[in-house]
Amino acid sequence: MSDPGHDTPHVPGPSLWPIGFAIGVACLLLGLVISWVIAAIGAVLAVVFGLLWARDVTRDVRGEVPEIEPETRAVADAPAAAVPAPAAEAAPATYSRSRFLEATTIGLGAAIGAVVTIPVLGFMVLPSFTNLEEDEVDLGPLDNFPQGEYVIATYLSNPQQGEVSRRTAFVRNNGASEAGEPSFTILYSRCVHLGCPVQPNGPIDEDAAKEVNGVLLRPVLAQSFGCPCHGGQYNAEGNRTAGPPVRSLDRYTFSIKDGNLILGELFAVGNVNGTGANATISKYPWSVPGTHVDGIEAWLYPIVPSQVTG
Amino acid sequence: MAAKSKRATLVETAVLQPLDWVDERTLAVTGTKWFLFRKVPRDISWAQTLGSATLTAFIVQALTGAILAMYYQPSTAIDPVTGKPIAYSSIEHITNEVTLGWLVRGMHRWGASVFVILLFLHMGRVFLFGAYKYPRELTWITGVLLLVTGMLMGFTGYLLPWDQTAYWATVVGINLNGTAPFAGPWLAQFLASGPEIGADTLAKWYALHMLLLPGAIIGLIFVHIYLVTRLGVVSPPWSREAAGRERSTVAPEGTRAGLVRDTSGGQQ
Repeated sequence: MSDPGHDTPHVPGPSLWPIGFAIGVACLLLGLVISWVIAAIGAVLAVVFGLLWARDVTRDVRGEVPEIEPETRAVADAPAAAVPAPAAEAAPATYSRSRFLEATTIGLGAAIGAVVTIPVLGFMVLPSFTNLEEDEVDLGPLDNFPQGEYVIATYLSNPQQGEVSRRTAFVRNNGASEAGEPSFTILYSRCVHLGCPVQPNGPIDEDAAKEVNGVLLRPVLAQSFGCPCHGGQYNAEGNRTAGPPVRSLDRYTFSIKDGNLILGELFAVGNVNGTGANATISKYPWSVPGTHVDGIEAWLYPIVPSQVTG
Repeated sequence: MAAKSKRATLVETAVLQPLDWVDERTLAVTGTKWFLFRKVPRDISWAQTLGSATLTAFIVQALTGAILAMYYQPSTAIDPVTGKPIAYSSIEHITNEVTLGWLVRGMHRWGASVFVILLFLHMGRVFLFGAYKYPRELTWITGVLLLVTGMLMGFTGYLLPWDQTAYWATVVGINLNGTAPFAGPWLAQFLASGPEIGADTLAKWYALHMLLLPGAIIGLIFVHIYLVTRLGVVSPPWSREAAGRERSTVAPEGTRAGLVRDTSGGQQ
């Protein structure tokens, strides 16, 4: 089949070890985000399977080495080993040195490249997933939030970053729950379709606007919300009533300190049953707008960054 | 050939001698000839110039972009003088104050659309002519990669003016990427440098737009053009001539049927 004037093509045999190697590398990268233990396990896996793979691939090159074995047995069984021995002696001598130099050059080059590249790639990727904690936001005294009405609160989530970190929340005081505890519905203004700024469907009472602790509070007469980008509509509980959104509006956890309302972290909401203080909220770790958090479609997003990095 | 005058010979030598000197050491002249003086099918048309047009549009983008970078500042901080973000203020400065800034920014802004439109026209020509077939499959694949990098250039460049359109279009674009299965949320968070667009995002996208993507696209362009030069231009599907064939000295087939426009064949 092949041209006798040419060398026969050299193709390494099939090997299953790259799969283990890939799992090791994936585990290592995941471990860099989650914990050093997993990173260490990943590193060990990558090294072990990498060596096994390298051994597999270079089997043909080292093929001559096993043939030496009969030579050692030649003491016991001279006639059998007499024939292969000369070939085995001649073959390694012809290219062992150059092959060794070639392999070490490539191997060392790859090692140096990896040592330089991996931290740099980490520097490129990891800051997006680490040190994301933000200062808690104090929305001021509770009596700024009349019961049953929405108040638009705009604040800087990270004052050091400035205006770029301005966020908007819709806050409604639900009064006391059945257990007698204060209840608030705090919706995040970003549309869960593709992240545009959702607007309240009603007039803003600009005269009653006030600034508390750098947070602008504006009461609004609205019992529903709409998104200007693609027409998503939500009711007062943040449930989708029309348009493309795939879940209910994201919400904040909250706490009350010294009579002030403090914003907590964001979480995703699959659906809200009931209203106000008596609502049942299906809560999930926060995820990117447009991703399902419940139902069969949520299987497409088994691990989202907020589950790993908090 | 008639004998040349001594003067003509001297002039020719003065030109050729240095060129030969360079060529002997670098193959630059041979390489240039190899690149420029290629055989092409005689029945090619303006349709085959769409690739060069795309390249020209890219060169315009690269040059105007490099010049815009001398005036643009990718910062989200508020400019104390204008009260607007520094990035947006620098865009206003380029457009309204820098001499001919409006022109260079306009060239870059509209040239981006021209570049993408030409990319698609070129791709359509290649597809309709079947020019992606053997042996040009890799030319097509590098072309698709060029399309992707070109689109990414458009995506990253759109944020840089840092106005409301840029900001919200990019929010939507990032979240669109975020809906990709499995890796989507991770990709979105990487692109936004966090759960939401923040202070680092603009600088990151500027670096992508200015450094990483141009590097990738220029490398791909070299591979693409090397392959085009090596494999030659394909004949139109209606052609009976193979690419790179010597010109025949007799009337080509199809002349009598009016399929071939060329008339020189009959005269030789």
